[in-house]
Amino acid sequence: MPKGIVIVEKERCKGCGLCIEACPFGVLGFSSDYNSSGYRVVHMEHPEKCTGCAVCGYVCPDVALEIYRREPVGGTV
Amino acid sequence: MPVETAVPAGYIRVFGKPKALSDVKYTYCPGCHHGIVTRLVAEAIDELGILERTVGIAPVGCAVFLDRFMNCDFVQAAHGRACAVATGIKRARPELVVFTYQGDGDLAAIGTAETIHAANRGENITVIFVNNGIYGMTGGEMAPTTLPGQRTTTTPWGRDPRLHGYPLKISEMLAQLDGPTYITRQAVFDYPHIVRARQAILKAFRNQLEGKGFSLVEILSTCPTNWRMSPQEAGRWVAEHVTKHYPLGDLKDVR
Repeated sequence: MPKGIVIVEKERCKGCGLCIEACPFGVLGFSSDYNSSGYRVVHMEHPEKCTGCAVCGYVCPDVALEIYRREPVGGTV
Repeated sequence: MPVETAVPAGYIRVFGKPKALSDVKYTYCPGCHHGIVTRLVAEAIDELGILERTVGIAPVGCAVFLDRFMNCDFVQAAHGRACAVATGIKRARPELVVFTYQGDGDLAAIGTAETIHAANRGENITVIFVNNGIYGMTGGEMAPTTLPGQRTTTTPWGRDPRLHGYPLKISEMLAQLDGPTYITRQAVFDYPHIVRARQAILKAFRNQLEGKGFSLVEILSTCPTNWRMSPQEAGRWVAEHVTKHYPLGDLKDVR
């Protein structure tokens, strides 16, 4: 189970690719999917590498990403 | 939103859309830093818990649709007159939190007088100044903040300082005055700078809540569409060239 999950809100994504460049682990990539505005949206290409650091969310200009991190079990964050 | 159902149990939300942002999609171009700045302002409003008593002033430019993107109240000002309108609102209703969100064509060109005099009077308002060195919405004309040599639709051979003047350094000008409390210049081209810009915007709002006076946060932004660059190239252009003409950091900070 990966440490983090990135949920892409497809309709907000404009396919600028800033998150792909910013991700330190190469998790994100362009999918073959297009949204109703005709933009090629981002998806998790390597979900197993995600740590939930949220750098992609910070650099996303369209607030299209929502990041979830696995809750630590029996320890402090 | 059905997004929540896609996440398995045992995960906590660490990042997402702030409450001060509405569900309306941005009309900014792909990769435009305006979107980041708008989100940082919304995050600051959320963090301070002032959504119910915040009034934004959105003048002309790419910021013109801000009232749709954010959940707080908005007043539409005439081109460049945002600081004057903000002065009026803040003086009539001092309990409100008033901020303006202006581009460089607005604040540094047609609104120079209003901005300088509001700063000189030390009005207790927060100004978010998004500087991308160009008139973005109207088609990429030269702005007072355009870099020397930079090509725009009205300077197709590059800005020649002998003919068009030098870039106007608004933050340096305002930092000379006695009125302002906090003048800073930040950028949002990568993660560390976004974090710093976030802190600066938060501080500008805190200053207002504490009644300290005029705070201006200048944010170096990109305009990939009118710079004729990809969003990635535009970010690198800011890091390599724009920050040389407009050095980052606090220019004035009265404690």
